[in-house]
Amino acid sequence: MKTQNQKAWFFVLPVLLLVAFNALIPMMTVVNYSVQETFGNNVFFWHGLGWFEDLLNSERFHAALGRQILFTTIILLIEIPLGIIIALSMPRQGFWVPVCLVLMALPMLIPWNVVGAMWNIFALPDIGLLGYLMNTTLGVDYDMTQDPFAAWATIITMDVWHWTSLVVLLSYAGLVSIPDAYYQAAKIDGASSWSVFRYIQLPKMKQVLTIAILLRFMDSFNIYTEVFVMTGGGPGNSTTFLSIDLVKIALGQFDLGPAAAMSLIYFAITLLVSWLFYTLMTKDEGK
Amino acid sequence: MRKRSLIPILYILFLMLPIYWLISMSFKTTNEILSGFSLFPQTFTWENYITIFTDPSWYWAYINSIIYVSLNTVLSICVALPAAYAFSRYRFLGDKTLFFWLLTNRMAPAAVFVLPFFQLYSAVGLFDTHIAVALAHCLFNIPLAVWILEGFMSGVPKELDETAYVDGYSFPRFFITIFLPTIKAGVGVAAFFCFMFSWVELLLAKNLTAVDAKPIAAEMTKTASSAGYELGLLAAAGTLTIIPGAIVVYFVRNYIAKGFALGRV
Amino acid sequence: MAKITLSDLKHSYYDTPKGPDDYALKEIDLEWSDGGAYALLGPSGCGKSTLLNIISGLLTPSNGKILFDDKDVTHLPPNQRNIAQVFQFPVIYDTMTLFDNLAFPLRNRGVDETTVNTRVMAIAEMLEVTDMMGKKAAGLSPDNKQKISMGRGLVRDDVNVVMFDEPLTVIDPHLKWKLRSKLKELHQKVRATMIYVTHDQTEALTFADQVVVMQEGEVVQIGTPVELFERPAHTFVGHFIGSPGMNVLPCEVRDGGAFFENTLITLEGEIEQGTGTPQIGVRPEFVTLGDHGLPAVVHKVSDVGRHAVVEAKVGHETVKAIIEGEAPLQGAATHLSFDPNKTRLYRDGWIATRASQ
Repeated sequence: MKTQNQKAWFFVLPVLLLVAFNALIPMMTVVNYSVQETFGNNVFFWHGLGWFEDLLNSERFHAALGRQILFTTIILLIEIPLGIIIALSMPRQGFWVPVCLVLMALPMLIPWNVVGAMWNIFALPDIGLLGYLMNTTLGVDYDMTQDPFAAWATIITMDVWHWTSLVVLLSYAGLVSIPDAYYQAAKIDGASSWSVFRYIQLPKMKQVLTIAILLRFMDSFNIYTEVFVMTGGGPGNSTTFLSIDLVKIALGQFDLGPAAAMSLIYFAITLLVSWLFYTLMTKDEGK
Repeated sequence: MRKRSLIPILYILFLMLPIYWLISMSFKTTNEILSGFSLFPQTFTWENYITIFTDPSWYWAYINSIIYVSLNTVLSICVALPAAYAFSRYRFLGDKTLFFWLLTNRMAPAAVFVLPFFQLYSAVGLFDTHIAVALAHCLFNIPLAVWILEGFMSGVPKELDETAYVDGYSFPRFFITIFLPTIKAGVGVAAFFCFMFSWVELLLAKNLTAVDAKPIAAEMTKTASSAGYELGLLAAAGTLTIIPGAIVVYFVRNYIAKGFALGRV
Repeated sequence: MAKITLSDLKHSYYDTPKGPDDYALKEIDLEWSDGGAYALLGPSGCGKSTLLNIISGLLTPSNGKILFDDKDVTHLPPNQRNIAQVFQFPVIYDTMTLFDNLAFPLRNRGVDETTVNTRVMAIAEMLEVTDMMGKKAAGLSPDNKQKISMGRGLVRDDVNVVMFDEPLTVIDPHLKWKLRSKLKELHQKVRATMIYVTHDQTEALTFADQVVVMQEGEVVQIGTPVELFERPAHTFVGHFIGSPGMNVLPCEVRDGGAFFENTLITLEGEIEQGTGTPQIGVRPEFVTLGDHGLPAVVHKVSDVGRHAVVEAKVGHETVKAIIEGEAPLQGAATHLSFDPNKTRLYRDGWIATRASQ
């Protein structure tokens, strides 16, 4: 049992101050911008909820949001099952386990723009390994700077490459925490490998999978750097996801009001989806 | 059994391909890169690496990155430790709300904060310093560190604390000499993740710095934007950014698998 | 239900065992009859869990055979052996209800739902958990979880043997005896062959009709609880079973008699020829204090309730005796005598006297 102790606040205070400094002040700035209009020179006018209305009716925002949702859905549908499958087929102990884990963690430790640059080089038609294989060996006409489909495919492959390991590591952590006795009991009970997965492995992975899905949702929904470096949102607007559009508006066009309104809606969506998912996944663990 | 291990092998192969390509390219001359496809460097060269190690703007960018990442890791862990202890041991007014609010900061898209951060840190006169980036990265690293550490600390029975008090330990002495060693795996894992997320982040790091604290990742964007003329150099700089991560992950290899299993939702 | 025969069984965890030390099981020949309750008793690391896993099929022995009713099952996987096993830590399927947990082994074997229903409810009745059948298994207390894992072992009527691997380890002491007697009761009801592995002598002696005592990969004695107590075949058994354990005293053998501190000790019978370090074994229960016998000095007296344990010094050796009634004072001089029918000679640990009759 935890003890009631208000002095615990002193322990939390440094964290609170630091995060508040970083989160509250900028958030207030954003809220402030979102309800004002400016014509430069730091002169602001009250604009009410105008930016929000504009944004919610804007074709451009709808398109970016649509692309973002499509991208995140595809990413989750590929990475989560793939990660589970890989984790299931890993050996549970032995010399190779740390080697595999280190190699798998590697992509996650590369700066995001390097990841973008790396895939750029990798996908260059004719002189990149991927581009060369596609065009010359397989004879597919492939150029991600020209063809939206190729751009999407490359970005998705890049993200799978970059982040599936997170799902693998988390699922694997859940799997190795299952005592041997469970597998032995299942063998004796005559359970099929599907039953073992369904009734032993999946329930034990549930907690880590919740974390995995949450993290993958948040990070893929917020993806910016890799895509910006790889395609810059193109060809055309085909890979202009929410973050990219936001930075274009805020830093490119310096439209602070619309950018701020968009930030808030964006943040609200992430928060809402995460909260819904979290509540759903943990609702029958009430005890 | 044999057939099953094919899946991880294929997966790792897939992971290694782009990395191989990057490394292989870093040993090629720009001429060779542009002249056509070659699986291995035909004219092997150290030229790209020599450029990086002799040009101060390159190697300082590298050092800058390491400075703010280390600063951030130390800072995050230091403030997260007492907070995680409070969350794992005590109930206090608003504890659950606070914990959830901390986690929501992990969800904020960095793009949302770029401009306000720029203004905030300019206003307090920290723009273009290592501290600015280290502090900014606290936004998402502190919640993560608190979360991981809390998971590990909850796994330590409360009796340990009580025994120490009965034995006459003061709180700071107990915390440093008994409690910390008990959860050192957790500290390792938390530090690893702080290092990782600070090291890989670019958007904030780039926009909070100009010259003095410019990170390697931002320095690289120069070559990328100069229309691919210096692909070899870009590849070499990219290769060098993999190394710190590889070293850190090697040290925590036995903990990563367990790290998140102990963290709780 | 089946008779179980283990013949010439050896097991090593190494691929190429070099000496006898590399074997977790040295050589086991055993026969267990149908419907019996057996216990495998020994300290941790004596090979009892290895033996259990070989019987269940989770391990394949390096050498030897396992027969169920004279049918060789050595190489059959666990699910084809028709066995059940209850583990140290309760294994339950968290996401299923108690009913589904109990039904799981039956459904996996394609048993029809009406039979499943009757079997599960019958077992639930025996375990006294009928009122909880619709609940999710996740929120159960450890003892109820262990009850359910036992139930999963007992629910099939075609099992050859039900095995228990230290099943009471995680159970609170005051619930242990409850589950233990429940288990004994269940055995009498279902009459399945049961093997119970434990390092706790009380559990083994109360549960089993026959106890197999193991040490360092070897079976040192097989017998009823009474036999193990009255006539330990090895000093290890004498020491491991009983509280306090048997006195094991150094001695000399000459002229066909055994001498302890230069006094001839009368044994249960004739000494067998042989070599090896001789020792005399006698349980504290069969040592009496009085006016005749070995001169000794009372060194320490511990009152354990119903009786007192007296430690007396004979020369440099300590002999323990259990005394009912009033105990002597510390430092008092006394004489010890051993019950000749319960006093035996051991050579290198193994019994070396012929039984009296």
